[in-house]
Amino acid sequence: MTAHHDHGHDGSHRHPHQPDIEDRPFEYYQVMAEAVGELLIEKGVVSAEELRRAIEDLDARSPALGARVVARAWVDPAFRTRLLDNANAAAGELGIDAGSIPIRAVENTPRLHNVICCTLCSCYPRLLLGVPPDWYKSRAYRSRVVHEPRAVLAEFGTLIPDSVEVRVHDSTADLRYMVLPVRPAGSEALSEQQLAALVTRDCMIGTAVPTLHPA
Amino acid sequence: MRRHHDMGGQPAGRIDRTDHDHAPWEKRVDALLRLLTDRKRQIMTVDELRRGIEGLGPGAYDQLSYYQRWMASVGENLLEKGVITVDELGRKMAEVEARWRAEGWSGKEPS
Amino acid sequence: MSDAFAIGQRVRVRAVYPPGHVRTPHYLRGRHGTIESIAGHYANPEELAYGRDGLPKRALYRVRFHQSELWQDYVGSAADTAVVDLYEHWLEAENS
Repeated sequence: MTAHHDHGHDGSHRHPHQPDIEDRPFEYYQVMAEAVGELLIEKGVVSAEELRRAIEDLDARSPALGARVVARAWVDPAFRTRLLDNANAAAGELGIDAGSIPIRAVENTPRLHNVICCTLCSCYPRLLLGVPPDWYKSRAYRSRVVHEPRAVLAEFGTLIPDSVEVRVHDSTADLRYMVLPVRPAGSEALSEQQLAALVTRDCMIGTAVPTLHPA
Repeated sequence: MRRHHDMGGQPAGRIDRTDHDHAPWEKRVDALLRLLTDRKRQIMTVDELRRGIEGLGPGAYDQLSYYQRWMASVGENLLEKGVITVDELGRKMAEVEARWRAEGWSGKEPS
Repeated sequence: MSDAFAIGQRVRVRAVYPPGHVRTPHYLRGRHGTIESIAGHYANPEELAYGRDGLPKRALYRVRFHQSELWQDYVGSAADTAVVDLYEHWLEAENS
């Protein structure tokens, strides 16, 4: 993790950079990112404050948001129905702004296991799950998961029996998808908060299933 | 003909599951794109971002990292739309680089 | 104007290969599937990609494919599927 400072981080335009403990080369696109940001601020296209807030909002998004939605669906069947109908609105009920791009929750059952991908780029329900992991955007995942989902899932340590359908969703267009996993057996006594802690990012992508003792 | 980014079903090896923390500059790119595409500005769309990335061609697509591809596309789009000029960007990039060198960083020469 | 395809209808993905910003994956061209649902109506990304407005909006369908039909070497259950969001102009009725 670098120790670069973002211009506009605290509203000021010029901000001294501090080198990493080990000197680290900067490179072309990093320079371009800095330059474009400064030009856009100079031209009034964006403000330093807007940039700061946009970065803050990015940092505020994480799988914990999606996990809360899943946990609520597990304990409240009516909420689950609303979630499956309109995930953005359902997240809004929990005070989460899931934005305007429609997110669709796809429900796992004992007979169906869903897994999400975007073979063409990296579409992902970012406002509910945060930024996608590098592997989700990788050539290997994007190439293989639609072709050999069970082998991919096995690499993640997730084995789906042949009696269960594996359904791959390729997010090619305006919808984003998240998996509503099956509530683990033996979790009946857990609180909603404890349930949310069982729901990892990979459970909502579909490469993992929730267990009582997440790794 | 299959375009390079359209990789569903292509042979590939093991999935590397190591994650990397986003560097501040990468978050900056992400945030800039978010602002450029927002309702207030509507300067760009994500479709234009994607089209720009797809147009990088196989070599650049594979050699550049995810946010490097984004930045290449954002830069190209802003130039195409006349939001910034080549001259402005060139001068500003040189200024940034000089500033960073003066502050004690080593750097690779931009190609 | 009503949508061209109905839920449950068998469709074929058009086997054309234009350049440009296309959101119909190569692995589906010429393949047969079933309309699972209508995802909504959206502006055409092929046009949005070039700074045009992509209007009028067109129907976006969720189309279900059997994996065993998509891939000669598919390893898995005969019940396994892929569901992909495809725009109306990339689909045609199976028997057309």
